[in-house]
Amino acid sequence: MSDFIPQLTQQLFNGLSLGAIYALIAIGYTMVYGIIGMINFAHGEIYMIGAYVGLVTLTAIGTQSGLPVPMIVAAMLIVAVAVTGAYGFAIERVAYRPVRGGPRLVALISAIGMSIFLQNWVALGQGARDMAVPALISGAIQLDLGSDFNVTLPYSRIMIIVVTVALMIALTLYIRHSRMGRASRACSQDMHMANLLGIDTNRIISFTFVLGAMLAAVGGVLIAVTIGKLNPFIGFIAGIKAFTAAVLGGIGSIPGAMLGGVLLGLAETFAAAYISSQYKDIVAFLLLVLILLFRPTGLLGKPEVEKV
Amino acid sequence: MANNIGSALLAALITAIVVAPVFGLQLVRQGARTLMAPHWDLVALASATVFVFHLVRPWLARAFGSIRLPTLPAAPTGGDRRVIFLLIALAVVWPFFGGRSQVDIATLVLIYVMLGLGLNIVVGFAGLLDLGFVGFYAVGAYTYALLYHWAGWGFWEALPLAGATSALFGFVLGFPVLRLRGDYLAIVTLGFGEIIRLLLTNLTWLTGGPDGISGIPKPSVFGIEMARRPSTEGGTTLHQLLGLPFDNQHMVVYLYLMALMLALFTLFVSNRLVRMPIGRAWEALREDEIACRSLGLNPTRIKLSAFTLGAMFAGFGGAFFAARQGLVNPESFTFIESALILAIVVLGGMGSQLGVILAAILLTVLPELAREFAEYRMLMFGLVMVLMMMWRPQGLLPMKRPHVELAP
Repeated sequence: MSDFIPQLTQQLFNGLSLGAIYALIAIGYTMVYGIIGMINFAHGEIYMIGAYVGLVTLTAIGTQSGLPVPMIVAAMLIVAVAVTGAYGFAIERVAYRPVRGGPRLVALISAIGMSIFLQNWVALGQGARDMAVPALISGAIQLDLGSDFNVTLPYSRIMIIVVTVALMIALTLYIRHSRMGRASRACSQDMHMANLLGIDTNRIISFTFVLGAMLAAVGGVLIAVTIGKLNPFIGFIAGIKAFTAAVLGGIGSIPGAMLGGVLLGLAETFAAAYISSQYKDIVAFLLLVLILLFRPTGLLGKPEVEKV
Repeated sequence: MANNIGSALLAALITAIVVAPVFGLQLVRQGARTLMAPHWDLVALASATVFVFHLVRPWLARAFGSIRLPTLPAAPTGGDRRVIFLLIALAVVWPFFGGRSQVDIATLVLIYVMLGLGLNIVVGFAGLLDLGFVGFYAVGAYTYALLYHWAGWGFWEALPLAGATSALFGFVLGFPVLRLRGDYLAIVTLGFGEIIRLLLTNLTWLTGGPDGISGIPKPSVFGIEMARRPSTEGGTTLHQLLGLPFDNQHMVVYLYLMALMLALFTLFVSNRLVRMPIGRAWEALREDEIACRSLGLNPTRIKLSAFTLGAMFAGFGGAFFAARQGLVNPESFTFIESALILAIVVLGGMGSQLGVILAAILLTVLPELAREFAEYRMLMFGLVMVLMMMWRPQGLLPMKRPHVELAP
């Protein structure tokens, strides 16, 4: 029997877990874009900071503490989410609110400056070199599909998928049913109208940044635990790729970001497996260029009409 | 007042949360283990600073609100010819009396002037945010390096071709993407820049991979080599021909003069272009695309011309960079380089050539002067970009254009 099916299953699984991370980051891009129409270039850095905060928490707890692993991971997630929420809030206040309402390029350049600042901020505080994250979750499920090639499903990657799916469901419900979610949907449809109807739009924008930052931080902690190392510059590439995912799914659409993330993760994994691992980054960038050329509205996005 | 103290406390609390995990709890590696070194003093200091700043801010705003930031005079459009010639003469003469390292830094400044002026065509005149400018710079550098490596071409033969190749890349890449709106365009060009860098890293058989290509010769003087000894049997070098003792300084000065020539060429060409119909069209398109379309201008063609010309100047700059360094590798062409060139254009004032030159000098010389603060360099760089956008998005020396206003 050939190895084709098991290999394919393995790649699908890897792609799915990678895509889950992209989806988590992409939601932040898409929500911010949907509400104020700017590309939050510093969002990738939030993901990196989330990973660092996770590592700091883990070091504070210690690997020999005897606590059960799920509790340690939960503690890492909670602290990371709290801190990056503060980062999202502060960044919006300091770098974006003063330039809001100006030309788009001014906001974008401010965001690029913020991204460079945050990279070097962390590099200065925690060192620019690679940091090792102690392996917390080891072991894997071995799946025998009746050939020589065994499919390996590591617990850490299963955790990524489970946590991501749970968060996606929670987020969808929250946006759909809660007061804040309804207000933020109203803002993304028509900011002025929402304001006239008594919604505090500044508060909704802050809320969007905080929520996006929190989701990115979850992605950062999960990937740090899985990959086992991080440095202050991982946010740049991850950010660009997540942006690609958001555009792929249709920027401004939350289900689109989820779909786009998964598709990008799969595309990248398959390119690495069947073409060459050196070219996996190129695949992501190429995909970005192609979507923007042929379907700038993405898969689930609505066309945007430019008016005078 | 109570309200004010409340918000200041909140700001201080957020600062503490933000600073604590990065500076408060620094991770230290000790062998295989990672330990933590708490620095609570830094956190307390940062919080206190933010608290005080927040309290005095309304007062500061009142005190400084009445003082206008110095509105520097509008960049002169014509300028006095005599002053310009004097400045050029000064720029030509001083390296003969300057120190080696100063001339070297000046050469670097001129490379950035050239790149800044090139990007200024794209970002400043045409209003297209190009985050992948360094890609075209890389194409120019590698064109010369590869032509030398595989075909033995010299700098002067390769220079026009480097510009042409970069322009071709600009044309081919620009053609499909220039329909996109501003911020999408920025991200696509960023993607192109990264694709070019990744290809240069991975096409090892052609480009030497991450190690790049080394041993690229310096430019010759009208076909006469400038070196201690002639590289070919029976050749003569410049210092033998002129009967001077060999001195490394000559090469440094020569490179400086060439960079000056290239920068002046870029300045001259872009200065003329912007007054031609095409330049007028760039600026009109930047101001209002829909109005331009309704007047019968073809936006794609106009944008493409700006994009291609900008890429061409990046190509010239790249070829010169390769000749000066003597080695090219993909590490020199990262996104940060693009951001630096963009910062030069933005800081100078988009569209203002004098401003771009000033910003190139500032952003190259200041880091050289503050070498002991090297690790803060990029941090400050990012911060300056954010602050500039807040306080003076039009740049240091904004260009004042002739315009007519209707009387109220």
